[in-house]
Amino acid sequence: MRSMPSLVLSRRKVLAGTGALVMSFASAPSLLLRATEGQGSPPLPGSLKQSPYLDSWIRIAADGRITVLTGKVELGQGVKTALLQIAAEELDVPLETITLVTADTGQTANEGFTAGSRSMHDSGTAIQNAAAQVRALLLDQASQQLGVTVDQLRTEAGAVIAPDGTRRSYGELVGAEMLHVEAQPRSVLKDPKGFKVIGKPIPRIDIPAKVTGGTAYVHDLRLPGLLHARVVRPPSYGARLVEVNAAAVEKMPGVVKVVRDGNFLAVVAEREFLAIKAMRALAASARWQETAKLPKQDDFASLLLRLPAQDSVIFEEHGAPAAAGKKLEASFTRAYQMHASIGPACAVAKLEDGTLTVWTHTQGVYPDRAAIAQMLHLPPERVRCIHMEGAGCYGHNGADDAAADAALIARALPGRPVRVQWMREQEHAWEPYGPAMVGKARAALDANGRVANWEYEVWSNTHSTRPGGAGSLLAARDFGEAFAEPAPKPLPLPDGGGDRNAIPLYKFPNARVVHHFIPTMPVRVSALRALGAYVNVFSIETFMDELAQAAGVDPVEFRLQYLEDARARDVISVAAERFGWTSAKALPRGRGRGFGFSRYKNYAAYCAVAMEVEVARESGRVRPIRAVAAVDSGQVINPDGLVNQVEGAIIQSMSWTLYERVSFDERRITSIDWSTYPIMRFDAVPESIDVHVIDRPGQRFLGSGECGQGPAAAALGNAIANAIGQRLRDLPLSRDRIKAAMPV
Amino acid sequence: MTKLTVNGREHDISSAPDTPLLYVLRDELVLNGAKFGCGLGQCGACTVVVDGTAVLSCVTPLLLVAGKSVTTVEGLGTAHEPGPMQRAFMQEQAAQCGYCIPGMMMCAHALLQNNPRATDAEIRTALQPNLCRCGTHMRILRAVRRAAETMRTAQAPASARGAVP
Amino acid sequence: MTGRLIALLVALVLILLVAAAFAVAWKPAIAPVAPPQAASFDQALVRRGAALAEIGNCIACHTAPGGKTLAGGRALPSPFGTIFSTNITPDADTGIGSWPGEAFQRSMRQGVDRAGRHLYPVFPYDHFTLLTDDDNRALYAYPMTREPVRAQTPANELRFPFNIRIGLAAWKLLYLHKGPYQPDRSRSDAWNRGAYLVEGIAHCGACHTPRNGLGAERRGELLASGEAEGWTAYALNQASPAPVPWDARALAFYLKNGWHEAHGISRGPMAEVTQSLASISDSDVGAMATYIMSVMGEPSAERRKRGEAALAEARKNAAGATESSGDSETERGGANNDGAGAAIYASACAVCHDGERALPFGGIHFALSTEMYGPNAKNLINVTLFGLPGAEGEQSPIMPGFADALGDDELSALVSYLRRRFSDQPQWNDIDQDIRAAHSGRRPVAIHPTHVALPDDASQRGKP
Repeated sequence: MRSMPSLVLSRRKVLAGTGALVMSFASAPSLLLRATEGQGSPPLPGSLKQSPYLDSWIRIAADGRITVLTGKVELGQGVKTALLQIAAEELDVPLETITLVTADTGQTANEGFTAGSRSMHDSGTAIQNAAAQVRALLLDQASQQLGVTVDQLRTEAGAVIAPDGTRRSYGELVGAEMLHVEAQPRSVLKDPKGFKVIGKPIPRIDIPAKVTGGTAYVHDLRLPGLLHARVVRPPSYGARLVEVNAAAVEKMPGVVKVVRDGNFLAVVAEREFLAIKAMRALAASARWQETAKLPKQDDFASLLLRLPAQDSVIFEEHGAPAAAGKKLEASFTRAYQMHASIGPACAVAKLEDGTLTVWTHTQGVYPDRAAIAQMLHLPPERVRCIHMEGAGCYGHNGADDAAADAALIARALPGRPVRVQWMREQEHAWEPYGPAMVGKARAALDANGRVANWEYEVWSNTHSTRPGGAGSLLAARDFGEAFAEPAPKPLPLPDGGGDRNAIPLYKFPNARVVHHFIPTMPVRVSALRALGAYVNVFSIETFMDELAQAAGVDPVEFRLQYLEDARARDVISVAAERFGWTSAKALPRGRGRGFGFSRYKNYAAYCAVAMEVEVARESGRVRPIRAVAAVDSGQVINPDGLVNQVEGAIIQSMSWTLYERVSFDERRITSIDWSTYPIMRFDAVPESIDVHVIDRPGQRFLGSGECGQGPAAAALGNAIANAIGQRLRDLPLSRDRIKAAMPV
Repeated sequence: MTKLTVNGREHDISSAPDTPLLYVLRDELVLNGAKFGCGLGQCGACTVVVDGTAVLSCVTPLLLVAGKSVTTVEGLGTAHEPGPMQRAFMQEQAAQCGYCIPGMMMCAHALLQNNPRATDAEIRTALQPNLCRCGTHMRILRAVRRAAETMRTAQAPASARGAVP
Repeated sequence: MTGRLIALLVALVLILLVAAAFAVAWKPAIAPVAPPQAASFDQALVRRGAALAEIGNCIACHTAPGGKTLAGGRALPSPFGTIFSTNITPDADTGIGSWPGEAFQRSMRQGVDRAGRHLYPVFPYDHFTLLTDDDNRALYAYPMTREPVRAQTPANELRFPFNIRIGLAAWKLLYLHKGPYQPDRSRSDAWNRGAYLVEGIAHCGACHTPRNGLGAERRGELLASGEAEGWTAYALNQASPAPVPWDARALAFYLKNGWHEAHGISRGPMAEVTQSLASISDSDVGAMATYIMSVMGEPSAERRKRGEAALAEARKNAAGATESSGDSETERGGANNDGAGAAIYASACAVCHDGERALPFGGIHFALSTEMYGPNAKNLINVTLFGLPGAEGEQSPIMPGFADALGDDELSALVSYLRRRFSDQPQWNDIDQDIRAAHSGRRPVAIHPTHVALPDDASQRGKP
């Protein structure tokens, strides 16, 4: 079975400006279909394109120790284990003997950000090919040494073995510069049928330290002579520091220094709690001039529609003209929502001998380094960013800003490592949120109840204000030089930002999709897991339900009518079957079932979710009962890791969808803790979540960390509509809205 | 100096009496298990066990625990010799980012010490103060149930108590 | 102890009365009907009934924790034993599906069920009797249009002689003053509406009026402080302990939004009440406040002054308190009981309760807290031990409970310190006893999340 994403999209008319879409699909390498095309020099697979040397990825020491390097980072998604599985498989070495080095500007390749469910696609592909080529080089070497042809040799447990049983360990075979060669475009990869490590539920290597109190996070990094710092953030966006009594705070016991530079204010102490007390005292003595003017919290939808926008038609299809039939129209909105990581951002920095080292849980050590270097006017090679894990990430949260804070403070205290951790209210108030969005859908059914025309428009800010330049960092905006915030840009398709997954995978005879990109950002925003796909999939899948209802067709059947992609059809069928989907049998009053599907970014993992909920009529309270998902992530590397990701995406999406909206008044963010930004707790999680993995041996690795967000939201919304007989289209589908929508 | 027993070892603590237990554990005793999550007692990431009950260490000043016995996740076992609770979380792969997990484990540990036959509803109620953002809830529940089973069948009071000998 | 003796003596008398009154006590059954179709009720009538049901907070008592709405089964402890709330869904067998409207009206007016059995006054028909026939018709339409739920109400667990229902006829002779409500023409419409709601469907006195040995509200002590589910329901008459005197506006705001900046947030059973009042019209909530304020009366000049002082203290920049008082008081701590209380306050409480962050999500400054001025320390103890749980998925205040961190002695030191520091009242007498009762679970304490609303004009912004 071959993946044919390009089939679905490329034969459609893709308009100017998004030509990259076709290119990227056409050129995406199918790993195992090697050497099938005879054209010139195909590009290198995955991140080998940017870092072609094999020893950028794999090093073998003379004593046989193997180091695998990746520019991606562990975010709790299990990427370290998955990459090790790939390397162990292709190198034929035991997984536990490999040392993995993750993103470190001093050691690893530049793989940009660990985001967009791209790690397996970028780094997994690079490591798989690099490992295969390293193994081939070792086999060649052994062949020469032993005088045996390569096809008579085999590899096992880090050694090449000849037919007579002679072993040559990789360490014996490897030469000084042997791996310092550029990768070839094609590799001889193992046959998936023989996989021993890939596709197995290998326990994650990061979990033991996490459950036993090991050094698992940057928060736990304790360098000799470590100082603790806390930042006093302004009370609102752009507030100016008028006065502060730094002298009094510097006299407090244990306080080492107050760092004030423009509007940047921080305090450093010998012990952590002393730093916190000093921070409180400093905050109490600070006077700020506030200028922020935030829009009315509940008025964001009309504001987004009013603000100037850059409009682009991102998809258009003209087929047979629509016959007269039912017309439907619906508007969807999503409030600002936050990452709301359980552990506030943290970083450690140290300036020594003119070199600044920053330990950070950024998603991109290289972009972060560039921004910090620019902020401090240091050449980039004088800044080293080393990734260490933080608490859950889910996109661009406070990590980069905390790294910049630490860098700025460490500069003031050369020779001493400084650890900064944000307070809860700082993380809540200052992290960049997932942007508020508006979607509008229109469709016409023909006389036979088939969709004749489909139109969808989406309004959104950018979904990335990541570094970027120094101006992307809070500290750089606050301190003396006050770097300006870079102008926001839309993210190009096929990934997209606000328009991610705005183009339906369903095939309609006439369709048009418009992206209204809004540069003005009333509230600080950036990438939140799944970006616009969460809202667009919710909107598309809700609207599909409405159309199915208007057409009098079962919602699952209705979806299948418009899908040609066999893998899409498979996840839908599997989810429906395992759920026991049937619209024939009515549920008890107050219960409802709903379905949601998408292929993430229209080129990554396929995911379908079916859900059953109960809605208490008097209170409007929703209780998710059970969820069943099916996911196709291509060749599965670690099935349990994949299931864990999708389970998590479903629960997180339930929390977003039922509860979450950032609140603010005319000046300040007022969602500043768990009391004012509540998320799902144990009493509300469903009784069961079952995730079924459809393995596709030999197919490309498809990103899947974010594939569940949209389908889960849609399934939940559709189940609520099914339960109460009313359609809610404004996210979150909160208790008050449901109560208001229901008849008494 | 304040006397404090942590994971079976007695310490003389130099932190001021108003210091929240969390910073005594992390900063003075260099233990990673208890995490700073909110400092407000709203998320449970800092949960430790004090004299057998789950306590939010971020809002519990040292002066309230003087002379008492504190257990952190480090006291349940090590990566090489994990205790039953830790083993259950490893077996169920009950973590994503894992930041909330030690708090979950300590909360569950206190529950199971007092109620080894806790029902699913009781486990959920006990874990209600603890937040997880990755959505690992189903696995956490499974891990706690598994730990309960192991503890019940093992009938090994020393390991079940979780204190380092 | 004396209360129990009196109760037993009175009970004996009651038995005699029961015998004598048997003839008048007997009530006929009303013939069952087939459950009416939900669609047969007028939507406007149902909406009116739903609003009355909200004011009456019917769901709270008639729904078991985690159970189906209105399906009953919630255990209601009383001095006479445990009574279980009934299933009032329209299920024909286990609910009130077979009740015609007249049976419903009779239960509200006279406290008699369809079969003719006397109901226990834990179902507050001594208040509901005031409802007009019209309102009873509307209210009937509400449960009858809910989902029928088959749920058998558990048998009550009452001690003899309280398990003899016929005795209730005598109780009614003594304490049930049959309605409907008769307006007082000398008062305003708002006052009359408020009195009708407060004394009737809202049954405020059920918690806020003290009860006699037979569980009846004391006639002469209207809203003079009572008890509910382990909490003290503060006096709403002249004896109101609120440091800042209430006014009608503040009270209406509190009832509707679940909090007020000068009075704090509702919690315990009152949290359920304000949650259901949230959807009530401003005019009805305003009328309730008008009536209650007439019961409370004008505050004395002295109370006014005390209120102004409390507000001034709370508004004073308390910023220095965290670090300076924290340190100094901590250092003083330990020497004696007072020092320990002060040290606990400074290190565990002040960080949220120093007034830096505004209500309803910040902790109240204790100078404003009614708990500090209350007749006993029960509510302060309850909140300190058990905290405030967050409302599911909604902005709401959260406070961690300290039951596992505070020993009884430490809590005692803290409570007496807070009383001394934040009120001008003499020390409470029964602190240790109240702590032990709550901490050990002997006095069960109901804990509910507080649903707060933030009207547009309510600033909740603290200092930066």
